[in-house]
Amino acid sequence: MDGIRDKVAIVGMGCTKFGERWDKGVEDLIVEAAYEAFDDAGIGPKDVQAAWIGTVFSGISAITLSPLQLPYIPMTRVENMCATGSEALRGACYAVAAGICDIALAVGVEKLKESGTTGVKGPSVVGDNQEGSSGIGPGYSAPASFAYLATRYFHDYNIPPEEGKRLLAQIAVKNHHNGSLNPKAHFQNELTIEQVVNAPIIAWPLGLFDCCGVSDGASVAVVTRADMAKNFRDDPIYVKGMQITVGARQGAMEQSYDFVHIEENVIGSGRAYAEAGVKDPRKDISCAEVHDCFSIHEMIVYEDLGFSKRGRAREDIEAGSFTLEGDLPVNTDGGLKCFGHPLGASGLRMMYEVYKQLQGKAGPRQLKNPHLGLTHNLGGNAGTGVCSCIIVGNEK
Amino acid sequence: MAGITSIGVYLPIYRLNRDEIAKVWTGRSAGGTKAVAGYDEDTITMAVAATLDCLVGSEASPDGLSLATTTAPYREKQSAAIVASVTDLPQETRTADFTNSLRASTIALKAAIDAVNAGSARNVVVAAADCRLGAARGTMEQSLGDGAAAMMIGSDNVIAEIEGSYSIFNDFTDYWRTADDTYIRTTEQRFIDEVGYLPTMQEVISGLLDKYKLEMADFSKIVYYAADARQHAALALRMKLDKEKVQDNFYQSVGNTGTAAPLLMLAAALEKLKPDERILFVAYGDGADAFIIKITENIQKFQNKSKITDKLTGKIPINYGQYLTWKDLVAMEASTLPERSALSMPSRWRERRVIAALYGVRCKNCGTPQINQIGQAIRVCVNCQAKDDFEPYKFSDKKGKLFSYAIDQLQPTQNPPGVNGVIDFDEGGRIICELTDCELDKVAVGMPVEMTFRKMFYSRGINNYFWKAKPAD
Repeated sequence: MDGIRDKVAIVGMGCTKFGERWDKGVEDLIVEAAYEAFDDAGIGPKDVQAAWIGTVFSGISAITLSPLQLPYIPMTRVENMCATGSEALRGACYAVAAGICDIALAVGVEKLKESGTTGVKGPSVVGDNQEGSSGIGPGYSAPASFAYLATRYFHDYNIPPEEGKRLLAQIAVKNHHNGSLNPKAHFQNELTIEQVVNAPIIAWPLGLFDCCGVSDGASVAVVTRADMAKNFRDDPIYVKGMQITVGARQGAMEQSYDFVHIEENVIGSGRAYAEAGVKDPRKDISCAEVHDCFSIHEMIVYEDLGFSKRGRAREDIEAGSFTLEGDLPVNTDGGLKCFGHPLGASGLRMMYEVYKQLQGKAGPRQLKNPHLGLTHNLGGNAGTGVCSCIIVGNEK
Repeated sequence: MAGITSIGVYLPIYRLNRDEIAKVWTGRSAGGTKAVAGYDEDTITMAVAATLDCLVGSEASPDGLSLATTTAPYREKQSAAIVASVTDLPQETRTADFTNSLRASTIALKAAIDAVNAGSARNVVVAAADCRLGAARGTMEQSLGDGAAAMMIGSDNVIAEIEGSYSIFNDFTDYWRTADDTYIRTTEQRFIDEVGYLPTMQEVISGLLDKYKLEMADFSKIVYYAADARQHAALALRMKLDKEKVQDNFYQSVGNTGTAAPLLMLAAALEKLKPDERILFVAYGDGADAFIIKITENIQKFQNKSKITDKLTGKIPINYGQYLTWKDLVAMEASTLPERSALSMPSRWRERRVIAALYGVRCKNCGTPQINQIGQAIRVCVNCQAKDDFEPYKFSDKKGKLFSYAIDQLQPTQNPPGVNGVIDFDEGGRIICELTDCELDKVAVGMPVEMTFRKMFYSRGINNYFWKAKPAD
């Protein structure tokens, strides 16, 4: 088993402004992101040989890509919950790595604001709101499904709830600071700890600012063979590791699952590190875009991905380790907190930031000499989920 | 001879103070409280709870189940069949609904007694449940309560023999409701008392005494139905009943629970009596049924079971707004959430054992009990991956502990916020499900819970029932 390492490169990316794009349809967002990516890669639509589109609610089949008028090429729509955008990128990368095509397009798009609600529509229990379901699953919201983690984390590590809330608030404050430096972010405002802890409770202990926004957005990547990458640009970004890891409801069915970690995160990141040759993620990774759908999950991800020792994320948060000035900046673009979470777009939006960071083009958020970046999504919830973990670098 | 072999009762834990109702309407309070079914309860769920309570500790396996009610959730579709499947009775169980009369529970009781005496049934459960509605500002808004009771009729290990009975019917229109009515209609109280209730009750009681050559002095306890506390007292006065012998009607704390009311009172009476003592038991509605019930030596076993009177205590007070919402009597602002997909009838049929009695499976290879929280079939073991090597495993009667929980302000519910939990069963297995009947400040990691059959929601004409966890008694 060979793995994806250094077989493909990303040579162009585009990302729309995320937010309440009332005046733009799915077609507008796709065209906006794709043409930025085409321009960035120096190609035109006719150069694309295959395409993947990731969306959960905003389109059925790859005909969703019809606004791009790509000329009768193989195209596929993929869906893998919150990892949908990353799944589209995986399809494109695997096709190029397999030698089936030389230039592939990965598109992620979602217009969550079309659903008429301030959240992801339907109950968060996987599979309970689709055609053919018996409808007996609990009807709780996505924030509640992550509140289980916070409740249990505070319990297991003896963190008084009020202290725990202030701890989680630091994550929201950090991400909002980063988002304030990003013109593409939905929310570009700073927050204070007091604002976060005093916000209305959504699912105790998670308040409004512990939850990510609800946005529209699209992001696109142009993928080619690593050995052809320099034909497109001097600073291609090479894919080092790319893993999707899917649970089978073990955590929801077995008492051995502790609700203070996500097994899919641990296994998925471990595989991606092995594939990429990462030995010590805390030292080797320069920047990470992780799935901060809810503040508690970003905190648990620190531990699951090996950035913090198990049970000791608190120390790293309090030391500022994951801020722009820290030794491992996390969610440098503002994260889901500031971009919201248009499901199909998020994974590729994260990659857009890592791509720009590794090219030294991240503007006021630019880190010093990053060389390895990571994107991470978790779909589903504690108990069962879909984890994507992708590692990219600016050197082959 | 046929008799009562077991009794179960169920009352919701919610109480609405009658002063609260009176305050809203600047009217007069009848005093006390009424029991109100939770937002996720109805006649079926309460009947299930009472039936399960009746079956606890009983060695007899029922071959018949009747449900008596005037408030069945379906106009066409049998409630008793739902209760029988949820309480996991065998397929050959004879099921029947007895309805359209406040006397439905004693009519069902008589049918059960006849069946057992005739030898065509061995053990018949008669469950009665009602959640009747009185219109705003009326007497019945205050007097009616929600509740359920169940009795098993059999001939072995009888705790109270049915020595005799006497019935009359009476086509009298005192309380009624048409297919189009939400609320019960009634007429002038003096007319009801003087022409209907009082003479009918007197007639059935004297008919019973004549038939069996007994006197009132032969009874240690008199248990009888009335529409409310005032009417109950009026009969005692008219018949000069010995106050010491009259069974408390619980109308002060619970209210009139309709078809369940006579059985609830009888259950409470049985709790106090000694072997060989007799009860005069009378139910009313479109006539009256009177019974002679004699306590046997086996009463001890029933009296050792948890106390009926304890179960009648309410724990959570509610306000009038909650009452209106739960009873669906007020138009709430529509949710902006998109509607859920239609419930799939084929998958509900395939998953019927999960939905009805919370059946999961236990792996025969590794012994792991397991259940899928959305009901899907388990074909491959979550623990050892053995395929199709399972035995059915019932979770509904298993106790558990709350491993983690989430109190959700966004969850669509008639009693916000939504409470949800990860339940670890004491004998193995886990489910993530909704919680109900919680006092929010008492919800904590490690809280002991038990499973309760509730209504998840109503969608396109279907009552979506499933199990929730609630704090253990």
